[in-house]
Formats: sequence, structure tokens, C-alpha cells
Amino acid sequence: MSETRSNSRPVRVGIEAVFYSLAHVPDLVRYGSKPLRELRAGPGLNEKLPRQLRDFSAATAYAPHQVYIGNISPEQLRELPKPWYEKLIDGATAQGRFGELVDQNRFYALLAGADQFDLVKFEEQWFKQHAALFSCGRAPRLCSLPEIKARCAEGALALYSGEQLVGAFESGHAEDANLSADVLLENLSAKVTAGHSLRLALSGLGIDPGEIDYVISCSEEAVGDRYNRGGGNLAKAIAEDVGCINAAGSDVKAFCAGPMYAMVHGASLIYSGVARKVAVVAGGSLAKLGMKFESHLKNNMPVLEDVLGSFAVILASAKPNQTCMRLDSAAFHPVRAGASPQAMAEYLAERPLAKMGMKLTDVDRYGVELHNPEITVPSGSGDVPRTNYLTLAALAVMRGLIGKNQMQDFVHARGMVGYAPTQGHIPSAIVYLGHALQALKSGTIRNALLIAKGSLFLGRMTQLSDGCSFLVDRNEP
Amino acid sequence: MVKGKKIIAIGERDGVPGPVIAECLEGAGYEVVFQVTECFV
Repeated sequence: MSETRSNSRPVRVGIEAVFYSLAHVPDLVRYGSKPLRELRAGPGLNEKLPRQLRDFSAATAYAPHQVYIGNISPEQLRELPKPWYEKLIDGATAQGRFGELVDQNRFYALLAGADQFDLVKFEEQWFKQHAALFSCGRAPRLCSLPEIKARCAEGALALYSGEQLVGAFESGHAEDANLSADVLLENLSAKVTAGHSLRLALSGLGIDPGEIDYVISCSEEAVGDRYNRGGGNLAKAIAEDVGCINAAGSDVKAFCAGPMYAMVHGASLIYSGVARKVAVVAGGSLAKLGMKFESHLKNNMPVLEDVLGSFAVILASAKPNQTCMRLDSAAFHPVRAGASPQAMAEYLAERPLAKMGMKLTDVDRYGVELHNPEITVPSGSGDVPRTNYLTLAALAVMRGLIGKNQMQDFVHARGMVGYAPTQGHIPSAIVYLGHALQALKSGTIRNALLIAKGSLFLGRMTQLSDGCSFLVDRNEP
Repeated sequence: MVKGKKIIAIGERDGVPGPVIAECLEGAGYEVVFQVTECFV
């Protein structure tokens, strides 16, 4: 958004619903990018890794996951004893106020139901006993165990349930690396997890999928073939999977900042009248499973990156008193800004707030990169949200809004502890939207500023970072 | 004392980016042979 815009009238787009899901897939951790490479290099890990995987009840009772699905607030999490992976929540349920956990058997059923190209096959007896009750969409391709073994011997990815071989995932082309089994498993996983969140967002609202007329996917996969790597439009595949028969779609990509850009694009479609109801969705990142697993093994912790995160947001025209995103607050990190954290804070927080006549201290809650520190600290990656909050607090000190001795108070009052799995796009501010809406509805906060960053330099096309932010509040007169 | 010393600069997105480290060190007389910014999440 232009900094020179002088329009002071709030521009709001309604947030009808947000839903998050976590698919717990411990037996796919081996296919995360890091574990896959390390397991090939050190076969001894093949025995060690499975011993450190959690079961579904432990993943459900893990406090950060309970925050993710809305059963515990981020403020409550701060007070809970650590380590969270040992101090599990008694009586935790897989269903939350705005999200749910999905177990691996159900995830396998979703994969089978969404596979239109006979990529995945399951052993018949196992599937009927454990996954058939979750079947939806296309009928699963079932076969015998010897046939599964034969497919795996020919190069298919082996799908396990614990130690039991239960399925095979094949490539989609004999020569095209973009259609190899591991790439297609990653893509189909993103499709089904995003679809699951969208389905539940719509059913929670009580609206027919046919009412959605545009879907934007901001997942982290790269769908395409050798002539159009990353060609995309997973959005339309998700729309089809969910039954949004009147919808078209497209993808928005911007590394971890993708969801925030997607929200701005979606809100713009609504406000301009191009679309009436837009779904912004993202599926989970298979590549990031087990990304820090070595440090977790080293510290005798469970492998905490065993979930695929996804979300769906439904946007429509703003209604009175509804929780909304302020389209006029949308801010991007321009090329000229430079890559320092301070520049990020200036361009994504201070300047857009100033445009609306607000200061850093007028924001009740900041949603930043909310990576769970219990995942990142053991590997030496630090407490990412805390670093982000301290940068904002330091900028507030530099501007004379607070004293240096008030920085910790700023972080405590306007920040939170991280609780999101390290799924890249998921922790990047969008994960807080569900709690932000709850807090806005209850009056706990008046507003929240969501700030996401994207590491463009990882793609080796530019040295730049990137970022996007917007404010959420209530549509009050 | 530092003139001509070879340096590898590894920056971090939420901290100090690689190009910034490289610029400072080059200004001090080091020879930066490689710089990169990493994202550890």
C-alpha cells in the first residue's frame, strides 16, 4: 500500500471464520527434507528416530497444540509449566474452539480420497480396519501386502503405521523429477490438509461450499511438471476437493509471508466487488517435518515437528460489529527498505500505524513469527517470537514511546509466547488470527497487528527479505 | 592487522543479515570470500 495515501476512513473486510488443523503424521517424519537426507547418510538413525516419535494422545495433550486449536489461550500457555512435552494437558481433546487435530489414519484416508491419479495404495485389511471409517471422496485403491511391497521395491514411498507397512505412494511420471513420489506426496498432503480446514471452516459457518466464489492457496508446495515447475493453482484443486463448485482460484506465494499477502489479495477481491466470499487456505509443509529432529534426539526429547499445519479463513463484506481486517492498514516491505529487523519493524508496524494516526503503543497485541521455542531453542535457533517482540519494543524506546526499562513490560503486555509448529507459513502471524478474533469479540483487546516475514534470499534470486502486515479490529462506528 | 584476512559471513534473518556483516567487515579491511543469510525456521 502506498505510504502517500491520505484516505483516513477505515477500510474493512469481514472475517467470517477461521479454522486451523494439525495432522499428526509421525510416520511421515522420515520424509521431511532433513530426516530424509540424514537417514540416508546415517542408517543408524532408522532405529533411533522411531523411538522418539509421539503417539496421537501425546500430540493432542501437548499444550502448544491445544493453543493452536483454540482450547488454551497464548496468555495461559505462558503460565504453564515446562517442558510442555512432559507436562501434558489432562483431559485434552482433539477438537478445539477453532481447530482440530487429525490422526494419521484419518490423514491416510484423506490422501486416498483426494488422489485422482492412483498414486497411493493401501493394504486392504489394514485400511478397512483403521482408515475406512474416515473415507471421503474417491474410493481408495486397496491391494495385498505383497503388492504394496512390490510397489515399494520399484521405488514407491513406503507408508507406515508404526512399524507396519500399510501403503505405497508412487511417482506420477517415470522421468519427471517434479512428479516424483516424494514431491507428489508433499503436494497431495498440502491439498488434503488445506481442504480439511476449509471443509470445517465452512461447516462451522453453516454455509454451502457453493457459496465460495474464489479460493486462494498460500501453501508451501510447488505443484507443476518439468515444463512449469511451481505452476501452481493448488487452490482450484482444493476448491474441487471441498465441493466449492462455483469457485475459481489461484495461489499466492511469498515464502512464509504468503498467507498475509493472500489475505490482502482476498480482502481486495471482496472490497473491489470482484468476489463476494473468498476462502484463503494453506495446507501443511511435509518438507519441514522433523526439520530440527537431530537436536530433539540429542536432547532426548520427542520429535516435536510431527504435524502438518493448515488453516482456512473465509472473507466477505464487513458487517456491523464484526471482526475485520483493516485493508487500509496493509503494509508491505518495499525493496528500498533494506533487510534489517529494525527496517522490518519500521515498514511493517510503525509506518502503517502512523498512516492511521496510531503509535506502536496503540496496538494491544502483536502477532509475529510465533514459532514454538521448545522446538527451536534446542537447535540453537533461538526464541524467534521473543526476538521479534524485543525489536518492536526497542523501536518504541527509540521513538520515546516507552523507557528502556519498560521493554520487558511491552513484550509481556503486547506479545505472547510462540506456540506454532515450525511449518514456515503457518507460524508467520496468521496462526494468531483465531485467538485475535476471540479476544476482539470478548473485548480483551481492541486491535491486533499481524506481522509476517518471508526469507526470499533462500531461493537465491535476491538477497532481500520480505514482509507483510495488517491490523484486525471490530467494525464499530 | 585485519587487511586481507579472509572472512565467511553468515547472517540470520531475524538478526543481522549477511550483506550487512559483509559490508561492515569489508569496511574494516577484511576480505569477505562468501556471505549468506540464513533462516533457521
